[in-house]
Amino acid sequence: MTDVTPYLIVSAVLFSIGATGVLIRRNAIVVFMCIELMLNAANLSLVSFSNLHGNLEGQVTAFFVMVVAAAEVVIGLAIIMTIFRSRRSASIDDASLLKW
Amino acid sequence: MTATFVVTAPLMILSALGILVVRKAVHAALLLAVVMINLAFVYASLDAPFLFAVQIIVYTGAVLMLFLFVLMLVGVDVSDEVTESIRGHKVASLLLGLILAVVVLAMIGQLSLGTMKGLATANGAGIRGGGNLEALANLLFSRYVVAFEATSALLITAAVGAMVLAHRERTEPKSTQAELARERVRAYGENGLHLGPLPAPGTLARHNAVDTPALLPDGSHAKQSIPAGLHGHPKSGAAIEAKP
Repeated sequence: MTDVTPYLIVSAVLFSIGATGVLIRRNAIVVFMCIELMLNAANLSLVSFSNLHGNLEGQVTAFFVMVVAAAEVVIGLAIIMTIFRSRRSASIDDASLLKW
Repeated sequence: MTATFVVTAPLMILSALGILVVRKAVHAALLLAVVMINLAFVYASLDAPFLFAVQIIVYTGAVLMLFLFVLMLVGVDVSDEVTESIRGHKVASLLLGLILAVVVLAMIGQLSLGTMKGLATANGAGIRGGGNLEALANLLFSRYVVAFEATSALLITAAVGAMVLAHRERTEPKSTQAELARERVRAYGENGLHLGPLPAPGTLARHNAVDTPALLPDGSHAKQSIPAGLHGHPKSGAAIEAKP
């Protein structure tokens, strides 16, 4: 019988790395990749909880997270493309038109 | 802890840390691919063969290819600026991330969740006593069928939204071949520009790649022989040849 805690630790570490990446990186595409990393970390804990409790609800939820992540990536990358087209830059510092 | 986990967990964490430090976005995308493939193996070891396949197909197949595609459109050479726009931004972000990790890990440390039950019974509960896929389908199409239908609406909306965002309306009508020819002759008459086709790249030069300008009789580069976007590009053939 395997212990669930190591899986949760890895999930937490990956999530924290993703959150740090969102704060630290300034290329919009890399920031987006870090968001994907956070979603994946959440999925890992969902799947391990599914195994812990011996039912499949966690896997179904992970599946829905994946679907939503795919839709989110499509829209997000389209937005990044649109911003790049008008500003010639993928840096999040340059999209500051609404800054007071 | 299974052997799969022992091998993949350090790999995942190291590649994830790599995303934070690499300068180029392409390298970050490839490191993310390493994380996602390893995660798929962990899913396989956690009795989730369906999610293993979906993780490989959707994440490493579709999502990451989309990332790379956009990176190529935006320009692979676009990298992070080195200078900080806010003073102490990096240190503060690292500190916040560290605090988050400590808080979550401390919370996990206080839980006693016990050992995994395994999914042998749950996977056998599908129709006709089938495996993981049948059991998941049984759940998806009965209890979660409304959510499943909602995701289809979400996917269609996302696809239409991406098309609307990526669409560019043509502001002036496309010029016809006759108009282009007339424009060319006018340029010849007014400014004496060459009427014939542009020189081909690589003529008399050392390479015949499209970024290598043709050489004129005096050995100088024929600027018009390479596409306008490659002029002054640091990696074009002209720049490489110019280096001693």
